[in-house]
Amino acid sequence: MGLIASFGKYLLFVGDVFRKPERRSVMYRLVVKEISELGLKSVAFVIFVSLFVGAVVTLQTASNMAGSWMPRYLIGYATRDAVILEFSPTIISLLLAGKIGSNIASGIGTMRVTEQIDALEVMGINPVTYLVRPKIFALMFFNPLLISMSMFVGVFGGLLAGVFSGECTAAEFITGIQYDFIPFKAVYALVKTVLFAFIIASVSSFHGFFTEGGALEVGKSSTKAVVFSSVVIIVSNYLLTQLLLG
Amino acid sequence: MIEIKNIIKSFSGREILKDISFSYKKGVTNLVIGQSGSGKTVLLKCLLGLHKPEQGSILFDGEDIVTMSSNNLKRLRKEVGMVFQGGALFDSMNIEQNVLFPLQMFSDMSKEEMLDRVNFCLKRVNLENVNHLYPSEISGGMKKRVAIARAIVLNPKYLFCDEPNSGLDPYTAILIDNLLKELTYEYGMTTVINTHDMNSVMEIGDRILFIKEGKMAWKGTSTDIIKAANQDLQDFVFSSELFKTIKEKSK
Repeated sequence: MGLIASFGKYLLFVGDVFRKPERRSVMYRLVVKEISELGLKSVAFVIFVSLFVGAVVTLQTASNMAGSWMPRYLIGYATRDAVILEFSPTIISLLLAGKIGSNIASGIGTMRVTEQIDALEVMGINPVTYLVRPKIFALMFFNPLLISMSMFVGVFGGLLAGVFSGECTAAEFITGIQYDFIPFKAVYALVKTVLFAFIIASVSSFHGFFTEGGALEVGKSSTKAVVFSSVVIIVSNYLLTQLLLG
Repeated sequence: MIEIKNIIKSFSGREILKDISFSYKKGVTNLVIGQSGSGKTVLLKCLLGLHKPEQGSILFDGEDIVTMSSNNLKRLRKEVGMVFQGGALFDSMNIEQNVLFPLQMFSDMSKEEMLDRVNFCLKRVNLENVNHLYPSEISGGMKKRVAIARAIVLNPKYLFCDEPNSGLDPYTAILIDNLLKELTYEYGMTTVINTHDMNSVMEIGDRILFIKEGKMAWKGTSTDIIKAANQDLQDFVFSSELFKTIKEKSK
């Protein structure tokens, strides 16, 4: 019952996000600010993780193919598919749910317990539109760019690992990543990133917004935000995959 | 003027406000006093429209905010200034941006006019050359003054303050009290101040409402308090030795 009530509360909360903002110019500025805060500050983290995981995917694939009759270019093929279909959109989104989700929930939660949200409300400003909408829009815009970059860097990391470990040549790896490429798979991956961005921003904001108490509760909200965002991402990943690729 | 009539508000079946009626006059400081947990903040939040009472009406110059549509309430809120207990300044903005914020959201002034207004308000609360500092870089008393500047920047008709001098040293507390009183007279605002600071009560209490366990227990002025027959009020106001002595001497 509690879960259903919370879900209803979440839907009403999301409905509030799409109300008319007080000032469009202010909203535009806030979205740009959030892109910088939430998106640009995650670039280095995403590059670092993507590079190494792409490399590990390549090494594991090569290890599984050791001694087999299969052509070496399939290492590049398998790395490409693993990175584009699952690793970049889902795993990076899960990591961002941790990094960005906790940032959002603790930021909004702190504003709640220090009465900053009440101050907005008393001024006649819808706090959900003002605080949450820019975060959702910024992430939905920037996450696909971030994930596209992650795909590129992940595959590049795979190429480096393949070449330096001597498992395949650069030419073989590049042949592999071009082999049987289906553009719809990239579209599917990018659709996922937009949905995951919405989940991370809205679920985390929801937990932050309804924080009650003090600093301890802000910490709890932050943890809940990460856990719930991750669970919803995992479940919706399955549903979307069934819908688009099933 | 704000009038509250027969306000009842409960949380989880527990009645917090029990049939309170009072009128807050324009151009004077209206103080609400009472022990912690007596219902002062709940009453203030009802006045601000943050809590909806189960019964009764709250009239802002004749307009009942309890039955008002959300759009009308939003319009009315542009005429309201609020000073929260902790200041509630936006941490991500500097002092200038905090005071500028209501103007950016609601006024059609040019940027220069807005900055002039911000500087005027900051000067009015005796703050200068702090525009580019952040809330975390200033003292508690300065935060309260910035909060007051932000509250008056749109020339509100109604000013609400929740324990404006809690956590301040006596000297700064008196400065804040006097500032609120001056601003109230200067702008002819209807000012409502929640407090349990007895200095404030004696210094600036033009009209006082005393709440005890959610009920209106007494109303009057700061000069009436000393001779008031209400025992609860006497116990509350003269609980400290200092005020007991003042009372004895005044007799």
